[in-house]
Amino acid sequence: MSQLPKPDSQALRTKYPDVFERPASARLATPLMLLAAFAVFAFGLYDLDFSPTKLVSGLRELGWITLMMIPPDPGSSLPTYLSALGETLSIALLGTTLAAFLALPVSLLAARNIVPSAIFRFPVRRFLDSIRGVDTLIWALVWINVVGLGPFAGVLAIAVSDFGAFGKLFSEAIEAADKKQVEGIRASGGSALHEIRFGLMPQVLPVIAGQVLYYIESNTRSATIIGIVGAGGIGLQLAEQIRVLEWQKVSFLILMILIAVAVIDWISTKLRFAIIGQRAVA
Amino acid sequence: MATAVSVLPAQQLAALNDAYRKAVARKRLKMMLAAAVFLAALVVAGIGAEVNLRTLFTYFGNFVSYFDRILTLDNGQRVWTDVGEWFWGWQKWLKLLAETILISYVGTLIGAVLALALNFFAAQNTSPGPWLRFVVRRLLEFARTVPSIVFALVFVIAFGLGPMAGVLAIAVHSTGALGKLFSEIVENADMKPVEGVRSTGASWLSCMRFAVLPQVSAGYASYALLRFEINVREASVMGFVGAGGIGQELVVAIRKFYYSDVSAILVTIVVTVFVIDITTGWLRGKLFGKEARA
Repeated sequence: MSQLPKPDSQALRTKYPDVFERPASARLATPLMLLAAFAVFAFGLYDLDFSPTKLVSGLRELGWITLMMIPPDPGSSLPTYLSALGETLSIALLGTTLAAFLALPVSLLAARNIVPSAIFRFPVRRFLDSIRGVDTLIWALVWINVVGLGPFAGVLAIAVSDFGAFGKLFSEAIEAADKKQVEGIRASGGSALHEIRFGLMPQVLPVIAGQVLYYIESNTRSATIIGIVGAGGIGLQLAEQIRVLEWQKVSFLILMILIAVAVIDWISTKLRFAIIGQRAVA
Repeated sequence: MATAVSVLPAQQLAALNDAYRKAVARKRLKMMLAAAVFLAALVVAGIGAEVNLRTLFTYFGNFVSYFDRILTLDNGQRVWTDVGEWFWGWQKWLKLLAETILISYVGTLIGAVLALALNFFAAQNTSPGPWLRFVVRRLLEFARTVPSIVFALVFVIAFGLGPMAGVLAIAVHSTGALGKLFSEIVENADMKPVEGVRSTGASWLSCMRFAVLPQVSAGYASYALLRFEINVREASVMGFVGAGGIGQELVVAIRKFYYSDVSAILVTIVVTVFVIDITTGWLRGKLFGKEARA
């Protein structure tokens, strides 16, 4: 075995000063950041009343609950649960569709290539942002105050909170559209509305359809939780059964939700493939 | 500039036109069918969700007047005429807001650490065995699909009321979401460094530590920051089920019709979410370059 010649460390040091003599600030940056992150974490544990005894007893309790959940059993309320699941799916479908119809015209106003003036665009965008900043559950509470308890409030809550999300997503899709078609329509003498209808929409609609389908899927999840505050669907049943500690029913309901979400996931992926082709399903 | 447009003979043209019309008609029929199926689904859903348009029309005024009411102080003035009165509880609310952010911070951190521990088992290229991979994947899927508020409902019973249940619920849900994203980054990682480290006789753990982790840690941090952003929103409603944070105060204000409090708390939540969004967006741009911001 040949021995490598001993490196001349002095020459190396003079050749690469930034490797050997990094300033203290650069060397300490990462450890200090980690330390700060950990300090905040430790303070958080203290401030949020974490204690080992609570954790242990809680985990023991959780273990009991899990044991009591087996086997999942709906008891005699299977028909109720099935209709509640149908209600949840209806809420998701209706809410998303309503949101998409409402968001389409507004998203045009928020798109840079349609409304070039930032003064008009800015308030529309901030308006959409603030709607998105409020959680669906909060919207559900507000709508319950307006139309009363029940699934209808859930539909409206999903519609409003998705309206904010769709407005942003749609306007991004419109901004990404190709300008050439629009220019072609204008060159042949089309009005501004013609440009949107025949130049933009054919490009944008498949993208929008894909996003709407994806949201129907994710709203199936949202629709399960808004029931917790009283806006109908399977979440209402779930929250009730958790409150009365009927763990077998709880696990059955959770199972139902998981299966429903998986089925919707499968269907919407198929549909998205059909609408926009494999390439765009990212 | 005169150009001649050549026109095909009428017979040839007729055949082409015919084929074109047929193709368009077929496409239209397909569209109409799809639209009909969709409409039918909507009608069925409308019946299922007890949609009552008359209720909406009767009560839509309520929606507008609700916002009118939450923007009015007890003395009948608009809220912005007396900001001090509007945000009368700002000390209490700021404290709860800080608690909300802390809940999402601690929850995200626990979730990220757990996801970090689990994701190598879930990724196709690094998992030590297919069985382990299958089990870990299903576990992550479960943690991801069950909404965090459902976890919170159960944890409130197991761990008692308070922010701890909220933190754990967010941690479990984040583990599921981040575990999936992390393992996808690992699956995209270059495997040559792993081979290099393994050829020196290193254990599986050392392979992960010295060959995979340096490639993926930037992506991990970026996703964790994004998750933190989402979790701030989630933590703001944890209080609805008694799991800490500002949600408790909000739900009380809404249920007890303390109108101006509702708008004040909503404004603080929206502003906080904005600030966190902008800060983490800036941080991600700064740490990981522009492309990570999208």
